[in-house]
Amino acid sequence: MKQFLKRNAAHIALALAFGVFILVSWLVPLPAGKEAAGRFAYFFLEFAMFVPLLFILVGLFDVWFPKAVIERHLGPGSGAKGIFWVTLLAMLQAGPLYGAFPMAGVLWKKGASPRNIFIYLGAFATLKVPMLAFESGFLGLKFTLLRTLFTVPLFIAVGFLMELIVGKRGFKVTPPGEGGETTECAKQA
Amino acid sequence: MWVLAAVTAAALLVSTIVNRKKTWEAIKKGMRMLLSLAFPFLTVLIVVSLALMFLTPESIAGLLGGAGDGWAVAAAAVVGSVTLIPGFVAFPLCALLLQMGAAYSVAAVFLTTLMMVGVVTLPLEAKYFGWKTALLRNALSLAAAVVVGLGIGLAWSFV
Repeated sequence: MKQFLKRNAAHIALALAFGVFILVSWLVPLPAGKEAAGRFAYFFLEFAMFVPLLFILVGLFDVWFPKAVIERHLGPGSGAKGIFWVTLLAMLQAGPLYGAFPMAGVLWKKGASPRNIFIYLGAFATLKVPMLAFESGFLGLKFTLLRTLFTVPLFIAVGFLMELIVGKRGFKVTPPGEGGETTECAKQA
Repeated sequence: MWVLAAVTAAALLVSTIVNRKKTWEAIKKGMRMLLSLAFPFLTVLIVVSLALMFLTPESIAGLLGGAGDGWAVAAAAVVGSVTLIPGFVAFPLCALLLQMGAAYSVAAVFLTTLMMVGVVTLPLEAKYFGWKTALLRNALSLAAAVVVGLGIGLAWSFV
């Protein structure tokens, strides 16, 4: 617990400072500060409802998909089929990009290739089905289709480039909460 | 949101029926990951709430609403990279931009950088991938987003 707090000291300090700032904005009063507080409350509520679900799904994926299956379908040598499967996996998800990092960590642990992990991030960022539906509602089908058409080859290219540059030697994805030290702390907390 | 809740509930239910022990293990794993990231997440939310004090949707629209020249594309790329705006705000905002006469390329660059590039979430991304890889992914994604935007701008009148 103590170690957990120590490791997060900077974050906790910022949270406290933010709390003081909000308090001051209510007392002075400072409309901009109040608005920031409202936005924070909104983001936090969304976060508190959404992110735990996301992590439970990642946990389920981790427990139920054997390493051999991921390795075969998304590993090095999975080729175009691997790109297809990892894109499909990303498209069926929801949420902001930072929600995709834990899943990327699990994919890496299970033997997905660096290329497919970065393609996963690209597809997650730009091609989630719930988001596409929303986009076509506001910006029209033509815009959404054109954007998809241009984005797909580019995030695949980013995946290839990332693998070429950082994917060969010593590449790893560390899912926080998975490593030995972190796990110990999480248990204590 | 409700879809996600329903999917999670269904997955949990099926998983529990098949194997209760494994399901519990999955929940514990998920919560452990969540706990180790709770404070960094909180920091992201605070930084974004504060940043939006200065970058309101109105000021963004004003900044990018002009003619679709190179400057507007560059501004769109910068604003899209540094801000973290949820989709349900970003899409209406983009529709507003287009109404105000912004070029399609500007709207597309803004949207694509918003989706693919995250400067405020860089520390979080670096926790998983390391700084070098996180920076590189964001830089390449920024370049890709600009290409997407310019491509859409060019293709729009042909399709």
